[in-house]
Order: sequence, then C-alpha cells, then structure tokens
Amino acid sequence: MGNKRRMTRERGIFRWPVLRQLRGEDPRSDAARSARTDALRPRVEQADKVARSVCPYCAVGCGQLVYAKEGRVTQIEGDPDSPISRGRLCPKGSASKQLVNHPDRQTTVLYRRPHGTEWERLDLDTAMDMIADRVVRTRRETWQQEEDGKVVRRTLGIASLGGATLDNEENYLMKKLYTALGAIQVENQARI
Amino acid sequence: MAECHPVGFQWVMEAKARGAKVFHIDPRFTRTSALADRYLPIRAGTDIVLLGALINHVLTNGLDFREYVLAYTNASTIISEDFRDTEDLDGLFSGYDAEGRKYDPSSWAYEGAEEEAAAGQRREQLEGGALHAEAAGPHEYGSGGPAMLATPSTDPTLNHPRCVYQILKRHFARYTPEMVAEACGIEPEAFAELAEAITANSGRERTTAWVYSVGWTQHSVGAQYIRAGAILQLLLGNIGRPGGGILALRGHASIQGSSDIPTLFNILPGYLPMPHAHRHEDLDGYLAAAGADTGFWGRKRSYMVSLLKSWWGDAATADNDFRFDHLPRLTGDHGHYTTVLGQIDGTVKGYFVVGENPAVGSSSGRLQRLGLANLDWLVVRDLRLVETATFWKDSPELETGEMRTEDIGTEVFFMPAASHVEKEGTFTNTQRLLQWREKAIDPPGEARSDLWFYYHLGKRIRRRLTDDDIDLPLRELTWDYPEHGEHAEPSAEAVLREINGTGPDGRALSAYTELEPDGSTRCGCWIYCGVYADEVNQAARRKSRHEQGRIAPEWGWAWPANRRVLYNRASADPEGRPWSERKKLVWWDEEKGEWTGLDVPDFEKDKPPHYLPPDEARAEDAISGSTPFIMQADGKGWLYAPAGMADGPLPTHYEPHESPVPNPLYGRRANPCRKVYDRPEVPYNPAGSSRFPYVLTTYRLTEHHTAGGMSRSLPYLAELQPELFCEVSPRLAEELGLVNGGWATIVTTRAAIEARVLVTGRIRPLRLDGRRIEQVGLPYHWGWSGGVATGDVTNDLMPVVLDPNVYIQEGKAATCDVRPGRRPRGPALLELMEEYRRG
Repeated sequence: MGNKRRMTRERGIFRWPVLRQLRGEDPRSDAARSARTDALRPRVEQADKVARSVCPYCAVGCGQLVYAKEGRVTQIEGDPDSPISRGRLCPKGSASKQLVNHPDRQTTVLYRRPHGTEWERLDLDTAMDMIADRVVRTRRETWQQEEDGKVVRRTLGIASLGGATLDNEENYLMKKLYTALGAIQVENQARI
Repeated sequence: MAECHPVGFQWVMEAKARGAKVFHIDPRFTRTSALADRYLPIRAGTDIVLLGALINHVLTNGLDFREYVLAYTNASTIISEDFRDTEDLDGLFSGYDAEGRKYDPSSWAYEGAEEEAAAGQRREQLEGGALHAEAAGPHEYGSGGPAMLATPSTDPTLNHPRCVYQILKRHFARYTPEMVAEACGIEPEAFAELAEAITANSGRERTTAWVYSVGWTQHSVGAQYIRAGAILQLLLGNIGRPGGGILALRGHASIQGSSDIPTLFNILPGYLPMPHAHRHEDLDGYLAAAGADTGFWGRKRSYMVSLLKSWWGDAATADNDFRFDHLPRLTGDHGHYTTVLGQIDGTVKGYFVVGENPAVGSSSGRLQRLGLANLDWLVVRDLRLVETATFWKDSPELETGEMRTEDIGTEVFFMPAASHVEKEGTFTNTQRLLQWREKAIDPPGEARSDLWFYYHLGKRIRRRLTDDDIDLPLRELTWDYPEHGEHAEPSAEAVLREINGTGPDGRALSAYTELEPDGSTRCGCWIYCGVYADEVNQAARRKSRHEQGRIAPEWGWAWPANRRVLYNRASADPEGRPWSERKKLVWWDEEKGEWTGLDVPDFEKDKPPHYLPPDEARAEDAISGSTPFIMQADGKGWLYAPAGMADGPLPTHYEPHESPVPNPLYGRRANPCRKVYDRPEVPYNPAGSSRFPYVLTTYRLTEHHTAGGMSRSLPYLAELQPELFCEVSPRLAEELGLVNGGWATIVTTRAAIEARVLVTGRIRPLRLDGRRIEQVGLPYHWGWSGGVATGDVTNDLMPVVLDPNVYIQEGKAATCDVRPGRRPRGPALLELMEEYRRG
C-alpha cells in the first residue's frame, strides 16, 4: 500500500528509477519500479496452456509445469504440488526449456546413403517406407527357423538399443513389435 | 546423490535436520560428501569388503535384529552338506566348472531340495548353472526368484553348523576392520564409527537406509554388491520398514520403466523370462522352469497367458498354447556388447538407436563405432544429431586414418524425435512410481514421438506381409490403437490401458490378482495391472501434497497395487503388530480381520498372521501369515541365495578385472564367472601391470546427463561445465608434472584421451598394504560434437568386462596411465596406443 501511495505522489522526472536510486532511496524500496515494470507480467500468466509434466533427466521424477503459448514452450517450472520434488528442479531440470526450444534441434529427417559424404533430405513418409522395406528384407534374409535342431524362429540381423527416457508405452510397443518380428537383440540403457 | 539426484537429496537433508546421521562412501569427494556427517573415501571396486566387514561386525557381536531375522529371513535354514564355501576353496564355491567358467549351483541348495528335484518338480535346479549363466540367467526366474523348498529344514537356535546363519558367520569372518583398511583404504576408526552408527540406528525403534547407484552396479561383481547390501539390511531388520531399504537411485527418467516393460533381451514385460530354445519348448515346459510355484510368482501362468492374449488376441487360444510359439527363442547372450560384436562380424545388419548414444555412452567407444561402421542400415532417433548419427563423417577413427567416410557402407536414417513435453505418456521413477505427463505442444517439423514411429512402422511392415508362416506372428499381432491429430498419433492412453489389462467383459482390470490362466484376461504387464483401474488413468493423479499425508498415495501410481514400500508386511512383527509405534506402517486389525495401515499392505488383505499353509499348497497359499517376502518361494528374505545367482550364493570380494593389487582375501583374484571376450577389438590392461599403475573411475556431474545428448548443447549447462577434466591428487600431479588447468593424457589399452587437469583433494590416494594407490576420476559426458561443450570420450578408455548375472559393464573400476600434455593427433595416436599394448 505504502509503495503505491508513493508512486502516485511522485510526478514526472522524479519517478525515473535511476534518479530515485541516486537520491539514495533504500535499495529494498521500490526504487527500481517504473511504469514499464508495472506493466510487465510473468510469462506463466500469459500462457494459454499449462501441462503437468515430469522432468526428463534423472529418475527422481520431479514434477514440472510446462507453460506454452501459441504452440511454443515459454517456461518450465517445478510443480509445487509434487510430494516428490516440492517445486524444486536441479540445474538440468531448470534448463529443460532450452532442451525443448534449442535452435540446433534437428526437426527434419536426414539421410546418408551408403558411402555418402554428406547428409541428404528425405521426407518423413519416404523414410518410413524405406525403413519398413529394410526391416522386412533384412528379416527375411537373416531368418533363423532352427539352431542346433531347436526351433528358434528369430532374426539376429536386426537389433535395437533404446534410451531410458522412453515412455512405458513406447517401450511396450517396441518390445511387442520386435518380438513379433523375431528380433531378440533388443537392449536398453537400463543394462548399461 | 547430491550430484546426480539433487532434488531427491533434499529428503536426506530433511532427515539430517531431524537428527539422522549421514555417511558418504565414494572414491571422490562430492557435494554429497560436503553435506554428510562423515565422508569415507574408498578404493573403487572394494565395497564388498566394506559391506562384508559390517556384516561380520553384526554377526560377531550379535547385533542382528534377532526376532526379525528368525521370522523373516532364511537364517535358520539348513543347507546341503555338499556345499563348500570360498573359505574352503580359496575363492571358489562348490560346483565350479573351470572350463566353462560357470557354476552348477545344485550343491548350494537347501537341505532336502535334492529329493524334491529328483521327484521332477525342480528340473531347473537339476540342470544347474550350466545353462543358467548363458543368458543373463537370474532373470530366467522372473521377479519371484528361483524355485526352492517352501518349507525347508531349519534350526531356530541358529546353532546348526550348516544353517545359513553359521555359514554367513564363517564366510565373512575374515572381513575385518583391518581387511577394510588394507583393501578399501578406510581407517579402522572410521569403520568403527560407521559400524556403530548403523547398528545403533537399527532395531524396533529405528531404521537405517542404504542408497546406491551405478557405483555399486557397474562392476564385474555388481549384482553381488547389491546382495551384500541386502544381507546387511535383512540382518538389521531394515527391509520392508519405513526409513529402511536398499534404495537404487536410477539415472534416467524411466530407466525403471525400461526394466519393468523391458526393451531388454532376456525378459518380457513384468520380468517374465524370454523363452530359451533348449529349455522352453512349450508353455508348460517354460512355466515349469521359470521359477517358483510357491509365493505370488506361482501365478506365473496367469501373467504369461494374459500377456500372450494381449499380444495375439483372439488368435491365442488354449489349443495353440496361446501362441507361445510366436515368441522367438534365446540361445545364449544376446546383450548389448555381444550385439556390437555381431555388427563387427556382419551378422547384425540393421540397428535402431532410440534416444541413446552408444558411440559416446557405452564402454569401449571405438568398438561401438567399428560396429556402427559395418552395418547395412542404421536408424537413429533423437532430438539432435548425436555422435552415433554422425560417426561416419566425424568419428575419431577418421582422424587417425582407421576409417574413411567413403569406405563406410552404413546407410543412416536420422529421424527427429519429440521431446518430453511434445507427447504424452508415463515415466516410472526410481521408486516404481508411474507419473503421466500431459502434452504441452505439438512436436516441431517432422519430429514425432517414438510411439508414433513404432506404431506406424509396424503398420507399414504389416502391409508388406506374405502368407508365409514366418509372418504369422505379425499378421496375428494386435496392432490397432486409436489415432488422433493431423499426424495420426496413436493414443498413449489406449496403450497404457492394454498394459493394465482387461477382463472377459472388456473392462479394465483393477489388480493382478484378477488375472486368469485360462485366456479370459489380457494384460500387457502384470505388475502394472491396476494403473488403469476403474477405467481411470491412475498415473495421471495429481492430488497436491498439501492435501494428503506423507505417503501421498494419490499422486501417480506405484507398482504393484500402488504400494509405496515393498514387502511392508515386515514393518509389523510376526503377530501383525507394528515393531514400534515410531516405525509403524501396516498392521493386522484383529477386529476387522484385515491388514491395514498407512500404506497399501503388501500382503493378502485377509490372510491372518497365524495362517499356516497346508501341505501341497501352491502360489500365495503356500506362504504363511508371518512371512513378508511373498514373491519368494518360501516367503523369506534370502540372506543366502540357494539358487539364482551365477557367481555364488554369497557375495565374495574379487578385485576388478583390471586392478593394481592382488586379492587380499583369496588366491582367486577376479570374479571367476565374469564375462570377458577373447577378441583383438576388446583388449584389456594386464592385472597388476606397471604400465597402468593407477585406478581409473568414472562418474557424472550435476550439470550434465549421461553421454551428453540432452545436456551438452544447452547453453546454461555448457557454461556451467564446459569441458572434460580429470581429477588427480596434488601428489600425483607433482609426480607427473601435471598442472591445474593444463592438459593430461589418460591411457588404457583401448584408447588415449586428453582432458583438462583438475588437481584436487577431492580424489585421494589410498594407502593399501603399505603402498600408495593413486586414483584418477573422469566424468564421461563429453563427445566430439554438440556445440561448444566438446571433449574426448571417456568411455573409449573403459573395458568390456561384464557382471555374469546381468551383463552390466565394469565402468567404475579399471586401470590407466596418465601423461602430462595433450594426446598425439592422427596416426601418431595409433603409434602411442601400439606402444602401450606391446608393453
């Protein structure tokens, strides 16, 4: 209340923060306050969406509130409701907006042909078809029906290594599809 | 913990503020050490000596929680007279096959088990370890552990010379404070303080917790480190009680989930084993061999049939063994490192790398890159161009001339991935808690979720099928999820609901106890059954901590059955009363005739404490009302593991594969069952070699994440930790002429890398057996690409030596040499390596 009264009492040039600070106002006062700072609003207030999320780094599972505006993440903060993290985030979790909005993120498909020296562009649909073709071909070419007289019904020609930031649902579809393909060399950071 | 799980560490600080005493045991002094009451530096690779000495201290001085130990562990169980200990055989247990480097564990069994095995009930036990160790065996028994007598012979006085208690006493007798000083470099006074603290802080009124991470697991004896911790905690009565436990701090957002619903070669969802060609010819044979019939694991048929039903739907019927034959078969080790050797040998043609960066993140990086360079095709899915995607144009082997881009025939697809805020789904954190993430925005450009990628890849593959028999498992696969949005994103909630499972009426199931063996239920992962109970996504629950108690059961959902403390029946005494008011968690309510408490009881709700199983009882009916470890065949905590471990029933100290000193306890230097490879691409430093006189250990920093793919390019983090450094003691620096802030080259037979020098008291030399042993510490986050924070690859230095139980690599203890200055460039680097390898 006191601050507000003073703000309205002072007029004109004397309201300039720099002058007020030079005039020796207590640094804990509102000396840095101006009409511009009054008009500033936190990014979180302007968000058109807040998603309750979880930090993607270590396995503590800190709650994150992800603020987005017009399809872009504007802020990531700790979720104060979380009984695990009580609103805190570590340096990595605090930096995760940079992970999401990083200008160096690769957002298009790239292709390197055998013996090629440079990346080439490929559209997503074509790449998906090419990968499906290769899976089907390699599987057929390397199919093992039996080994040492025992039925194995598998391929050792296709392998997979997944990171441990995969969602449970993603791991589930991976294991399900690979198993149906007969691919057994399916591994994860969880062993490494 | 303060370094790698900083926000979790707040709870350690809360405990400290309430009077808990915090000990930190680590080769390097970290932020955790700075905040602990006591810091104990230890030589990397010697924790079993320390833990063994604590066990010895407890047993010698009779400090165990006797009522707990007698009622809840197998301390009184009598073991076969054929068993011989490492004390008898100089570092070997009975049953060792030197040629195959593996054990036949049949002599480790409970007394009387031989007769039962002869009756044909425990084929697996009779077949012994010969096949057991070939495919990361222990997981073959599922989450219940191996079969063993439900009611073995016991001696409740604990005096029988062959009871587990006496065997433990003899086994650990030579693990003394003096041995700790000699092997670990921890002074007897410091050991005494630790031993006094943990025993004084255990019992009815108090509990002690042990917290570990990959510092305990990445060893050639890693699984036995954990066993040693478990034995100590069982003796002190610290399992299944609030404030107790041995708590694994897992390093990645859903590494727990990646084990529960595994993308791992040897298991299926819910720790059901992958079938083995030579042991599991049909479903009955598989179930007979897949662990115990008593305890909750005895319901494994329901778990397995429900999984097969959820994958092959109506095509899976009782007449066709529920399509058990659609599962491919293992014949041995198909793990990560063996797969890479398969790439080099040309058997592995195509490779998917999904959110992972093995060119930097796996041991022996050069080996990884040789494998990548010999593939027909490689698919890399990530947020940015990690080294695994670009190795063909910028791998270190190009600079040395070992590889040429034009010669590398690998076809590479880089598929951009959605970040954690651009998709929805669950992570399972380190406490088994599933938390649903809401989606904030759409992924940019052609970036897609991995769920999208695998679902649409599967659809495309299914469009290319023939009538051929080999395509039948794909034709019959249930692969139809609702799609939404302009990119036809599959519904993650529908997948989670399939994981949860459905009953005959098509409704979501509430608990794994509802699963049936007759094909009437479906469930993609039995331990997750209940996460979609009442058709509600329970993992999405977010009741504020301010609106519920400290257990916070309405935040997310923990498997199994939303229990927050596993085996919490042990928090009450055999009669069902809390051990103390102070440490109460669940208890038996005599009036209502049910278990109740602060947590969801990890016990059948209406099984009274005095329940005794009838003869021939099966599954949970065979577990008495007073034994809390309901997944085990006998309901007991296993101080001694009569089966299930590839390298012995008890933890034994072995030196790391690469060690500068002999084993002070036995003539047997290293784990006799450790997995090593006899191949030129996998060289090792000779043990005790003067060329590699220093202990090398690796670790992480707060500001980075594993191989750096998610951290190195972030400006905040790159600025905080811009480049690779090695930590060396002032004394070593002086000896070698290393200057703080200058350069050093670290050399093993695998690689020579350069790092900035950090001369620091954080890494201490240790005095062992009259010798001073210097340790060198390296974080491993850097690689050659990713913006400003680049550096050599620490993992290039590390050997491929694996624990025989779980095939994890020995990343925490090796040997190395250190030289001042930067490493040579180009072919000169190869000459240096050749020099070291020749000796």
